[in-house]
Amino acid sequence: MPSYQLSHLDQLEAEAIFILRETAAQFQNPGLLFSGGKDSIVMAWIARKAFHPARMPFPLVHVDTGHNFPETITYRDDFAAKLDARLIVGSVQKSIDEGRVVEEKGPNASRNRAQTTTLLDTIAEYQFDALLGGGRRDEEKARAKERFFSHRDDFGQWDPKNQRPELWNLFNGRKHSGEHFRVFPLSNFTEMDVWMYMHREGIVLPSLYYAHEREVVVRNGTILAVSEFVQPRDGETVERKVIRFRTMGDATITGAIESTATTMEDIIEEVAAARQTERGNRADDKRSETAMEDRKKEGYF
Amino acid sequence: MDLLRFTTAGSVDDGKSTLIGRLLYDSKSIFEDQLEAIEETSKRRGDGHVDLALLTDGLKAEREQGITIDVAYRYFATPKRKFIIADTPGHIQYTRNMVTGASTANLAIILVDARKGVIEQTKRHSFIANLLRIQHVVVAVNKMDLVDYSEEVYNKIIKDYQEFASRLDNIVDITPIPISALNGDNVVDKSEAMPWFQGPSLLYHLEHVYVGGEENHVDARFPVQWVIRPQSDEWHDFRGYGGRVAGGVFKPGDEISVLPSGFTTKIKSIHTADGDLEEAYAPQSVTLTLCDEIDISRGDMIIKRNNPPEVSQDIEAMICWFSNKPMAHRAKLLLRHTTREMQAVVSEVKYLVDINTLHKIEQPGTFAMNDIGRITLRTAQPVIHDSYRRNRQTGSFILVDPGTNETVAAGMII
Repeated sequence: MPSYQLSHLDQLEAEAIFILRETAAQFQNPGLLFSGGKDSIVMAWIARKAFHPARMPFPLVHVDTGHNFPETITYRDDFAAKLDARLIVGSVQKSIDEGRVVEEKGPNASRNRAQTTTLLDTIAEYQFDALLGGGRRDEEKARAKERFFSHRDDFGQWDPKNQRPELWNLFNGRKHSGEHFRVFPLSNFTEMDVWMYMHREGIVLPSLYYAHEREVVVRNGTILAVSEFVQPRDGETVERKVIRFRTMGDATITGAIESTATTMEDIIEEVAAARQTERGNRADDKRSETAMEDRKKEGYF
Repeated sequence: MDLLRFTTAGSVDDGKSTLIGRLLYDSKSIFEDQLEAIEETSKRRGDGHVDLALLTDGLKAEREQGITIDVAYRYFATPKRKFIIADTPGHIQYTRNMVTGASTANLAIILVDARKGVIEQTKRHSFIANLLRIQHVVVAVNKMDLVDYSEEVYNKIIKDYQEFASRLDNIVDITPIPISALNGDNVVDKSEAMPWFQGPSLLYHLEHVYVGGEENHVDARFPVQWVIRPQSDEWHDFRGYGGRVAGGVFKPGDEISVLPSGFTTKIKSIHTADGDLEEAYAPQSVTLTLCDEIDISRGDMIIKRNNPPEVSQDIEAMICWFSNKPMAHRAKLLLRHTTREMQAVVSEVKYLVDINTLHKIEQPGTFAMNDIGRITLRTAQPVIHDSYRRNRQTGSFILVDPGTNETVAAGMII
């Protein structure tokens, strides 16, 4: 008698494919949020599999803060071409130029929050009724409460205390006009699962994820790469360090870690031994204890 | 590595969140920055110790009130297994969350406060675990430190529990364990304070309990989710049916029928992006291609001919009502079952269950929030189903209010 047991990675992939197909079936006009970060890469990778040999029936949507590492943009364009996927870019710079949002001022200003405006504007412009996101429940405490199919009202807001129950394989994507859904196919993946899955699938990541030497400054305990957007302030010294990134976000807020991990195997070993969460270096989460919940209620990813 | 999904249930202040915090902490699944953040919060609130419950109570309102409002999913892994925990709140008004967490779980941990023993909520949670067909239950008698680690107190609670649980027919095994989540007794390591207890620690049990054989590998069921038709030169003639196997095993060459149309043909191939498969079984997501071109769309079910499911427009089911608005008389609702959605009317309310006594309330009024009972549904189209007892995927449904779009009930077909 065969065992008919799936490994945990196969189970997670099968679940994500199911959610992606369900999204295509239940919504008129879904889009897949693609940041060039590892989670959205894995999500898009699984989306290709879910509809193979057809093209995935939705575009990749990138909310571009204008503060990206150039490596991310190159990777994004190559990856979209490789997947034969349509790419839509929403620009935070454009939202600022058009006066839709005021850029934060001050020494710790970032465009993290401004992304929400651009995201909601992009949703309105393209009339998306569902946006697929690479969010995982193990990432952050507010995300631990997130549904696979997460309802947003006509202001794009999340109401965490009044979420629809999700049972078995049954997902209720019904909505009134003007409302939309955020859908999270990777909900049950952990950071380690994502790495193990990428290793198994032979996914090549943007070079920023692997250890490399770079000019950095250390600011409030966070290692930031020196770039067009991050310049040393008075009293800060530029150092050369061998670093890599554990998450990929806006260049002004994404901290690096010192690491010598140059291959996927090295990284998996490093993740297994890590004593800090991957978002531990994200200045956006450090603003307050419920920073993520507050942003999500406003319509953040 | 395999995967165990479990749910935790207990009433308010039984220490569920503390237990989960303890499992995460002692299995080294908590990161330093998470620990620092909750140490900080505990200090600020003037707690005497680090409140591990803060790890799972993520929402602002939960942290303010010190209670768990919504199902939280938590993850940890040991070298033996990966675990997904659905942490469900114990408040009476949130029973729907327990049902939700239980619907995907292989095992339930039911917490009992050693000082209070088996109470109404313990019975309610056990009844729900049984109703949702969770076969493995751990009765974790918590706060043993507050009853001086007394063997007598523990034995009394377990005796009370077993008397009650003998009426729960779906539960295959009940494993009692005395613990102190606060101090870590019998959570990861065996407790030195309770040398009289011969059983395993909770984590050891979770790592070793056998939960295979819960998927149905007998009755072949494939609800069609999405028709895959590439408009490309390379795959010009390809027409595939994407879906997730809900039961049984499919192989190329198998004689199949498509319901409800009844057309028959054979499976040509089992397609995936990584190449064709020799067989597909639950819960794999695959794409089937067939030998003949027949009209198939989302909501149809592909089955093996020798083993058909039930097809009926009158459905008998147990339901749990979720909405704070009571069920209307002859309520018209939308039924979502496998990949189909159709109109349905509640043609009869047979009885409600008093879940403290497990007695039926005959001639009931109607369903209010958290009520559980038996109904008959009349559906606009035939429902292609199995009993929930036989197949969790083809035997379950949700009911949606067409006006508000809220999910108002979950049902299990009898």
